Amino acid sequence: MSEFLQHLINMLVLGGTYALLGIGLTLIFGIMNVVNFTHGVLYTFGAYIMFIVVQQLGLNFFLALPVAVVAGWLLGAVIELTLLRPLRGSDIDTTMLVMIGAWIAMQSATLWIWGGVAKSVATPFPEAPLVLGPVSVSWLRLFVLAAAALLIVVTYLLINRTKLGCAMRATFQDQDTASLMGVNVDLIYTSTFAIGSSLAAAAGALLGPVYVIFPQMGDLAAVKAFAIVILGGLGNITGAVIGGFILALAEELGAGYISSGYRDAMGFLIIIAVLIFKPTGLFARSERVG
Amino acid sequence: MIRTSRIVPAIALVTVLLGSGAEAQTIKIGVNEPLTGAFAASGTYVVNGAKIAADEINAKGGILGKKIELVIEDNKSNPTEAAAVAEKLITSDKVPVLMGAWGSSLTLAVMPKLIEYETPMVVETSSSSKITTTGNPFIFRISPPSSVEAAAFKGIVDKLALKKVDFLVINNDWGRGTAEDFSKMMKEKGIGIGLVETMDQGAQDMSAQLSKIKGSDSETVIVTTAVDQLTLIFKQAAALGLKKRIIATGGSQNPDQIIAQAGAAANGTMHLTTFLPWFPEKTPNPEATNYFVSEWKKRGFDFAGCTESFRGYDGIRTAAAAIEKAGKAEPAAIKAALWDINVKGLNGDIVFRKSGPAGKESGQSQPNVYLIEISDGKVDMKTL
Repeated sequence: MSEFLQHLINMLVLGGTYALLGIGLTLIFGIMNVVNFTHGVLYTFGAYIMFIVVQQLGLNFFLALPVAVVAGWLLGAVIELTLLRPLRGSDIDTTMLVMIGAWIAMQSATLWIWGGVAKSVATPFPEAPLVLGPVSVSWLRLFVLAAAALLIVVTYLLINRTKLGCAMRATFQDQDTASLMGVNVDLIYTSTFAIGSSLAAAAGALLGPVYVIFPQMGDLAAVKAFAIVILGGLGNITGAVIGGFILALAEELGAGYISSGYRDAMGFLIIIAVLIFKPTGLFARSERVG
Repeated sequence: MIRTSRIVPAIALVTVLLGSGAEAQTIKIGVNEPLTGAFAASGTYVVNGAKIAADEINAKGGILGKKIELVIEDNKSNPTEAAAVAEKLITSDKVPVLMGAWGSSLTLAVMPKLIEYETPMVVETSSSSKITTTGNPFIFRISPPSSVEAAAFKGIVDKLALKKVDFLVINNDWGRGTAEDFSKMMKEKGIGIGLVETMDQGAQDMSAQLSKIKGSDSETVIVTTAVDQLTLIFKQAAALGLKKRIIATGGSQNPDQIIAQAGAAANGTMHLTTFLPWFPEKTPNPEATNYFVSEWKKRGFDFAGCTESFRGYDGIRTAAAAIEKAGKAEPAAIKAALWDINVKGLNGDIVFRKSGPAGKESGQSQPNVYLIEISDGKVDMKTL
């Protein structure tokens, strides 16, 4: 029983970060209809910003987080302005190829700058875990969960309660009508991509100190983010959050009670099942076709 | 005009390519190591050790009157890449001997290429028993196979009073091979075997496996993986409140790096290693060890890397000794010469003995194995 409780706690902590990874991608992939292969690199980028600010500049851990978010926002804006804007209106395959190229180029750049050897970031949290009866969890992970929850709520409010969010939703439903209503469509595209990117960088900045930081760290994260987005339905923020927790639960219980060797395969088994039985994702609203 | 402007650079390129191939002023040794991916830290250490050996040999005038040149390629911690890199080194760079490829799965992937091109390889790190038992006569291994590690460990199991152990191993030939060899040895000793959990080589979160192990009735966990994943395991085990004794095998754990990155979580853990840079006087060749460790520090490398980098150092010295003995830098002659060399390795004399099916034996030297314990952030030696 205590083992099961420990698995549930692990699931909560892991799920929060998966959710954060998923919402950034669902914004870009789901709303903008851009298959964003740079999501994983932006995640890596956020982690390295954390490394630079905390380890190399010696600044405060909590200061590094907003720095990483802003840096991710800026890098996202640059990618949108230089790569995606000239390609607007071209088909999804062309954009996909360009994004794959950007992914490889940026990953090679991180390797070039920081080398392949993993780095770790010191945190201000105590090493002794918080013990609650039969289960225990590290303070750092609790902080990551809280920060992820905060970012998820802020993003949700931004999309659903602000004028910018309203303009974003309008733009991706019908670009021409939105433009006629006075929405600056160019600005909306750039901001959406920048917001999605800053969320990926935030996830990297939060998880970098939990794990270790290396140039390929984003690959597995990106694959999981795609799984979560497909699970939750494209563009559905609530779906991405729930999808994140479902993936974490499947991995925890799969590794705990089926076989740990197939832990990372669990997510893909779920995707295959979802694609067969409910291809629009578990939480997609009914949609008008045509 | 357009046509000539295209042809001129093409001719220039061809000339450069032919030119570089024509002058063989150096003797090349191919180095096939993981410089990126899951084993990047370890592979980089081995390459840095290899460079020390090459510089030392070249400073003394090289071999056969020529300088040695290391052709270093990154196998990206990926078996497919490791095989491709070996092919590139042999066919394009024309190296007569290789050193590599760190991981057992990487080395196993390279092995068919060695037979195809009849080129010998010095295996510096890999520990899967399969490497020297499948009948590949181009393999010369200086690292201990996991069965040798298990046999060395046998002496101490009574002292440690092991009753039941769980395994947490990397899900590849190295990890699974270690779990097999250690289980066999422990069953002979009457020790119970509990869970055998695996983890993907790129996995960063082992909490699920560790939670399961936390709930088992074993008192000891044998962990086999590379240093980055080990660091994460120690941190995550501490966060889960796992109180079992952790013993790491494989000799790729760089205890100092673990102390630096995992902090207090590393205390009380035990490690089977194949080199003792902390206690040069206890190694088989104290003078060589002192030279290597001081040279390593002089180059500004992290001391933690010594437990891995010495393999690169010994591996290149082994290959160089064979080239010298062969009298020429040709694969067949080097292969024959590898059987006759005796190199003063940092972890004992490197002399190859036959291993595997008759007629196509691989070479295996017999290095030492040590058990150390981390306590209060320091490395202590245990007698095996």
